[in-house]
Amino acid sequence: MNSWVEVRSGAYRDSVTLMRVSRTLAERDGVTAAMVAMATELNLDLLTQQGFAVPAGAGPNDLVVAIRGVGEAAVDGARRALDGLLAEVPAPAAPGIAETEPPRTAGAAARRLGEPGGLALVSVPGRYAFVEAMDALTAGLNVMVFSDNVPLHQEVALKEAAGRRGLIVMGPDCGTAVIGGVGLGFANAVRPGPVSLVAASGTGAQQMMCLLDTAGVGVRHVLGVGGRDLSAEVSGRSTLAALAALDADPATELIAVVTKPPAPRVADLVHSAARRLDTPVRFAMLGEDSADLTASTEEVLTTLGRAAPRWPSWPADRRTARPRPGALRGLFAGGTLCAEAALVARRVLGPAFGSGGHRLIDFGDDGYTRGRAHPLIDPTLRLERLAAEAADPACAVLLLDVVLGYGAEPDPAALLAPAVESALERRDDLRIVVSLCGTPADPQDRDRQAAALRAAGADVFVSNAAAARYAAGLARNGGGR
Amino acid sequence: MNGRLGGLLGREPRVVAVGAPALAEALEQQAVAVQPVDWRPPPAEAVDALNAVLGDPRHATANATAVGRMLAARPRLVDVRPAGEVLGLEPGLFLHAGPPLEWDRASGPMRGALIGAMLLEGLAASPEEAERSLAAGTARLDSCHHHAAVGPMAGVVSPSMWMFVIEDTENGAARRSYCSLNEGLGKVLRYGAYGPEVIERLRWMGAVLGPVLRDAVRRHGPVDLTAITAQALQMGDELHNRNRAATSLLVRELAGDIVLAGAPPDRLAEVLRFVHGNDHFYLNLAMAAAKVSADAARGVPGSSLVVAMARNGTDFGIQVSGTGDRWFTGPAGTPDGLYLGSYGPADANPDIGDSTIMETAGLGGFAMAAAPAIVRFVGGEVPDALAATRRMREITLAEHPVFQVPILSFRGTPTGVDVTRVVRTGILPVINTGMAGRVAGTGQVGAGLVEPPAQVFTAALHALATQAR
Repeated sequence: MNSWVEVRSGAYRDSVTLMRVSRTLAERDGVTAAMVAMATELNLDLLTQQGFAVPAGAGPNDLVVAIRGVGEAAVDGARRALDGLLAEVPAPAAPGIAETEPPRTAGAAARRLGEPGGLALVSVPGRYAFVEAMDALTAGLNVMVFSDNVPLHQEVALKEAAGRRGLIVMGPDCGTAVIGGVGLGFANAVRPGPVSLVAASGTGAQQMMCLLDTAGVGVRHVLGVGGRDLSAEVSGRSTLAALAALDADPATELIAVVTKPPAPRVADLVHSAARRLDTPVRFAMLGEDSADLTASTEEVLTTLGRAAPRWPSWPADRRTARPRPGALRGLFAGGTLCAEAALVARRVLGPAFGSGGHRLIDFGDDGYTRGRAHPLIDPTLRLERLAAEAADPACAVLLLDVVLGYGAEPDPAALLAPAVESALERRDDLRIVVSLCGTPADPQDRDRQAAALRAAGADVFVSNAAAARYAAGLARNGGGR
Repeated sequence: MNGRLGGLLGREPRVVAVGAPALAEALEQQAVAVQPVDWRPPPAEAVDALNAVLGDPRHATANATAVGRMLAARPRLVDVRPAGEVLGLEPGLFLHAGPPLEWDRASGPMRGALIGAMLLEGLAASPEEAERSLAAGTARLDSCHHHAAVGPMAGVVSPSMWMFVIEDTENGAARRSYCSLNEGLGKVLRYGAYGPEVIERLRWMGAVLGPVLRDAVRRHGPVDLTAITAQALQMGDELHNRNRAATSLLVRELAGDIVLAGAPPDRLAEVLRFVHGNDHFYLNLAMAAAKVSADAARGVPGSSLVVAMARNGTDFGIQVSGTGDRWFTGPAGTPDGLYLGSYGPADANPDIGDSTIMETAGLGGFAMAAAPAIVRFVGGEVPDALAATRRMREITLAEHPVFQVPILSFRGTPTGVDVTRVVRTGILPVINTGMAGRVAGTGQVGAGLVEPPAQVFTAALHALATQAR
């Protein structure tokens, strides 16, 4: 039998708290007696009765701890547990005295969560984002910075601070993440599964997760890192943190990294980190000479031993009378989808892509979002442009993306389908092609959106590369492919 | 930490959302619990300074270190001695509450207390002579805070006044702090009264009260003030405007040793009756205890923790851990509250006293939820008291591990005001205070709540920003 008795001064606790602490300790395996109490005369008598040696000089303002157990380990364990019990913050929400006013800072909110390792989703205007993000990191949270216009040096400072704490900063300008099936920002409802993504590109990640879901392969996590993470200045800090964390995640069987081509030194850094992992890593780097996102997804499927499916498409119900070659005009909400479409169109159209009046616009670009919501939320600007382009006789093919998922417009086809229909009514030589990035489980229901758009006269593709290839082919050849 | 990224990838995420409500709604759509933040932009002119201070790699650790010391302090009453002995005060030097002050800018109650101290020290034969002498600059004035001391209201300390001596040994080398003995209510020096009964009481305190307490404390040995304060909080004190429970506990603790102190029974009875008649007797001990705790947190480079808030009746000043002994001052406000007898707002002096050291250390207004008995006195109902304590969590760095509030499920009092959080939220520290009469010699006219001027926190933030790495 082992015993431990100590006196702590300046540690007053009320007797009810201490009786509960004593009971918790006494219930531990191997503990035969435990008493934690203020050293009043009564309590000291009780200790003596229990056979403990009462320390000299203990008074009613001192805390006395007495533990007896079988073996040193049981007593030591109880002593360690005691510190935790005394430091324990009581449950914050007893009825009637629950918090009433919301917290005013990310740090205060984090403290109300009561445990570290959660996530702060920061979407305040960019000039204020640093303070909230740093506050959240200090409080032990990982951070997703949705805000854009965060200066580069602040991004580096945040990522350094996260590194010191073993946390991650996703972003800035991180639009998409999925953590254990929960979509953050703009994210699609995908089935759970073995693939995790590390994404420097939001809509690029959405395209891949939707294609994987379509192929019957689920997604575990999507960790956004922000578009500048693989620049020389930021040096892949979040990408490396994400790779290490996903490698340690037992449910992740394969990691795909979705990004623009990184700075050369950073590419080496990331590739060599990837080689050291136990989990296989595939890179989907959207550059001049590399595979498009659909081809990269097919490579991931092959690695998993799955065959790539025929990617769904929905040809228009009604055909326009006289399609003809002409200019391709792309109106995109997703930056990466726009960039991918440009790469694909260049391959189809060759040098003519630069000169034939072809034009692809990213409405998510800073120039179009200043002072208004992202086109994934507010389609007004893009719909106006659609009408204008359709009125331009040089324009033969319109290519649009429609991105579904949490955070996006609740029913894009509700406004887009009538706009498509009215454009096609006025122009019987115009073709409209839609790249529809979504899943059947998305709140907007991909298949319902596809049905509405095809009924309006658009050709709809779930693969953005396929949509772009088809649209560019129309621009080159007209109807006679 | 539970695995990498704090265990983020192993369970459904717990999310704090600050910014666009649509993003929080998208999470609620997925049945994920979200803690939204009622975020508002900080003042435009403070953004760069906030970025600099929070971006200083030392900031978070410095704050944790500083507030850790404040929380670790275990102040004990170790002695009671005259100021001349313990502070080395020489005749003609007077300490006062708040940031440094000259006679020309001193308010009525401050002038009254200085006049009274001149009379007590025998440096003037009449109030008129004392005033002329003070106006001529014959006396030297200095801030109590510059001498590890604090004083309630005018806070005037002169060599023959007796001081509580408080010691903390939990933060490295032993550190001491000092506060005078509380005179009671009504016409008293600290409220600027200097009539014959004021001086007579001070003489009795020096001749009887001080020596009896000294002998009792020395017999008893160090008195654990953390324990008394913690118990008093659970008995309805907030340790600034209510000290009734703490005073009673102190007397219980010392009673045996007071009896054995060796003074004649009628003197002992005078002492006990005096303390019984003064519910604020413990305040001066609580203030010195708060002072020694706050001083332990001083001088941590990069820390934005407030280590002193004090008023001299003209200015409200703060000191911050990361900016040394520099004061950031602004005009003292006038408290809002209830008035004694026929006094009204026109009779009240601007905010005065070092007793804001209580709020600096997480008590007083910050512990309002513990003291429902006095919420009406400071203009509110019980829910207001709970809200006040909760609101202070928004601007503080920690919850005190020992000072707990039963009605808030024994959560600790919000402790350690962070300059950056005050500026970010615009929430100012809530301060319980007494009100002195504007005219010298009046005494107390009421009690209530007061706020510091916001500019002192902005000024401190900018000073921290210029030192940021």
